[in-house]
Amino acid sequence: MQQLDGIAVSPGVAIGEALVIDNEGFRIPRHYILREEIDGELQRFQQALQSVAGEIQQTRDSVSTQLGDQYAAIFAAHLQMLEDPRLQAEVERWIRDQQYSAEYAVSVTLRGYARAFQKFENAYLSERSHDVYDLERRLLQSLVGHERQQIASLDSPVVLLAHNLSPSETATLKPEFVLGFGTEVGGAGGHTAIVAKGLEIPAVVGIGHFLFDVSGGDQVIIDGHEGRVILRPDDPTLQRYRKRQQASRSAVVRLKGLRDKPAVTRDGIHVQLMANIEFPHEAQVSIERGAEGIGLYRTEFLYLGASVAPTEEDHYQAYAEVVAAMDSRPVVIRTLDLGADKLSPTPPELADPNPFLGLRSIRLALANLPLFRLQLRAILRASVLGNVRIMFPLITTLDELVRAKQVLNEARDELINEGVPCNRELLVGMMVESPAAALLIDRFIDEVDFISLGTNDLVQYTLAVDRGNPAVNDLYQASNPAVLRLIQRVVQVALEAGIPASLCGQMSSSPQYTMLLLGFGLRQFSVAPGSIPEIKQICRRVDLEQCQQVATEVMGMTRVQDINAYLMSELTKLNLGENDHSGGG
Amino acid sequence: MRNNVSTRKVTVLNPQGLHARPAYQFAKLAGKFQAGIEVIKEEQHANGKSILDLLMLAAEAGTELWVVARGEDAHEATEALGQLMEQMVSLEEIRGLEPD
Repeated sequence: MQQLDGIAVSPGVAIGEALVIDNEGFRIPRHYILREEIDGELQRFQQALQSVAGEIQQTRDSVSTQLGDQYAAIFAAHLQMLEDPRLQAEVERWIRDQQYSAEYAVSVTLRGYARAFQKFENAYLSERSHDVYDLERRLLQSLVGHERQQIASLDSPVVLLAHNLSPSETATLKPEFVLGFGTEVGGAGGHTAIVAKGLEIPAVVGIGHFLFDVSGGDQVIIDGHEGRVILRPDDPTLQRYRKRQQASRSAVVRLKGLRDKPAVTRDGIHVQLMANIEFPHEAQVSIERGAEGIGLYRTEFLYLGASVAPTEEDHYQAYAEVVAAMDSRPVVIRTLDLGADKLSPTPPELADPNPFLGLRSIRLALANLPLFRLQLRAILRASVLGNVRIMFPLITTLDELVRAKQVLNEARDELINEGVPCNRELLVGMMVESPAAALLIDRFIDEVDFISLGTNDLVQYTLAVDRGNPAVNDLYQASNPAVLRLIQRVVQVALEAGIPASLCGQMSSSPQYTMLLLGFGLRQFSVAPGSIPEIKQICRRVDLEQCQQVATEVMGMTRVQDINAYLMSELTKLNLGENDHSGGG
Repeated sequence: MRNNVSTRKVTVLNPQGLHARPAYQFAKLAGKFQAGIEVIKEEQHANGKSILDLLMLAAEAGTELWVVARGEDAHEATEALGQLMEQMVSLEEIRGLEPD
C-alpha cells in the first residue's frame, strides 16, 4: 500500500483498477491471464524481447556509425540488460506463478529494478533507472503495439492515472467508465479540475511524480474529499473506503429528493441556485440537479484543444444548444477568459513571464477586437433564443468596462444593419475578481446590470498567491479575512444599489461558506451542477438571523484557522446527514 | 577439478562507481566463463553475469568487492575479472567501449 497526497478538485470516492497513461499518452495495460494462456504469454514475451533486441542493435549500429563507439556503448549495456538471465527469469516467474500478463509482468519486474536504482545516493547510479524505464517502454510498445490509447474509447471502468490531462481530454471522459482520476501536475483552479467537477468524477491533481510506482491493473483509491490517492490498498483501508463510498452514494440518493424543492431558508428567503458550466451538454445535467439557470457559462472550451480558431457559427451553435436546453431560465455567458498563450502557440522565449498579471481575459479580448467581436456577435444572435445575459471577466478599470460595452454596442448595431435578429436589451454584467474592481465597486455598478464575484482570482490577487504553486498554495485561503472583507463589501454595495450579485467561484460550491455568504446578504450562488443539492440543503436548514450571526462572528476573527474551525463547527451543527424535514416547500 | 572455487578481492576504481558501462563489461566478460560468478558486497550477493544484479550492488568508487567463481575455469575467471576491474578507469578513458 502506498498513500499519496495531492489537491482534491472533485469530491467523491473511486475504487478501481488503474489505467496508467504516461507522458506520451501510452497505455500501460492490466491483465491477469487465464491458466491456459500462460504458454502463449511466455511466447509473446520472448517475441517482444527479440524485437526490442533488434531495435536496440539497430540504434546501437547507427549511433556507432554516426557518433562513434563511445556513444553506442550505452546501447550495448541496454542490450545486455534486456538479455539479462535474471530479468527473463523474473518476468517468466510472474507470468507462470501469478498469471500476470506479459505487459504487467514486464512492468512489475522492470519498475522493481528502477525503483531500487532510484534509491541509490550516487547520482550516477540512480540515473540508471532511466535506462530501465526506457527498456520497459520499448518492451511494452512491442507488446501492446504503437497505437495510442484513446481515452474517449474506453469500454470498461477504470481509475485513470496520468501525468496530465488536457481540458479537452478530460471533457471526453465518460463518467460511466472513468471512475476517477489522478494526475501528477495541475492545480485547484485549472480547467481540468473544473471539468472533473462538472462531470462529477472524483479527482485529485498535483500529486507529483508517482506514475513510476504504479502499474496498470493495480487497485487504486481516489479520495476526492481529502485529496488522497492510495495505491494497492490493504484490506482494512479498502473496507473503510467501501463504506465511505456507500455513505456518499446514499447521500446522493437523499439529495436527489431535493431536486424539485425550492432553495428557501426556514424564514422564507429565496436563494437562487445557478450552475457553472463549461460544455454545452452540462446544461441538461444542471437542470437535472435543479439549477434555476446558468450563472456562468465558460466559453474557453471553444478555443482549447481546437486546431483551428472557432468560427462565429461554432460559437453560436454552442450557445444556442445551452440556451435551448435551459428554456426560459437565465444563461449568463462569460466572454473569453484565457491567457494569450492558449490562443496560439508561443515560443518559450516570447512566453509571458508573469501570465496572471499579463495579457489575459478581457485585456486579451480588447487587444484582439476581431476575435472579440466574433464572439459578441454569436452571443447577440443567441440572445433571441432565450434568456441570455453577457458577462465580462477580469475587469480592473472602468475604462475597460466602458470599452467592452462599446464594442458590444458596435457588434449589435452591425447585426441590426445586417437585419440579423438580436436582443437590444441584453443584460450586461461584470466579474468582480480583481481587488481593484472590489474596492471601487460603488463606481462600477452604475455601468452594469449585474455582477458576479469570481473568488478564485479574487483570492489569488488579494493574497498575491499562485494557487498552482505548491510552495505557497497553503496561503491560498478564501477564508482569509482580507478576502472576506472585500466580498462582504461588494455584496453590501450591490444590495444597497439593487444590483443583483452572484458568487461563482469555488467558494460558492463549498458548503462551509454557505451560511457566511447568506449572512453577508448574498442571494444568488452559481455552483458546479453537482453541488446544487448540497448547497440547497443548507439553505433549507438555516434562517437569516443565524447566518447573520455567523457573519458577525467571522468578521470579528483574524486567523484563518479560527475562521475555518468555526465555519466547520457551524456546518456540523446543521446535521446534514439527516433527511430533509423542513417545511420550506 | 569440477568444483574449483577461486576468490579474489577487487576495488571499484571507476570514479562514478560500478555504473552501466563497467557493469556491462564485467557481466560480458563473466559470461564468457563456464564457472558461476558471484560478486559480494558486504551482505549483498550478485550474479556476476547479470548486469541488473551488479547495478543493484550500488558499488561506489572505493568499494571493496569479493569475486567468487565456482567451476572448471574458476581461477581464470577471477584472474581476468580482477584485471578488468583494475583497468576499468583507463579502459574507459582510452578506448571507450567496443560495440560488441
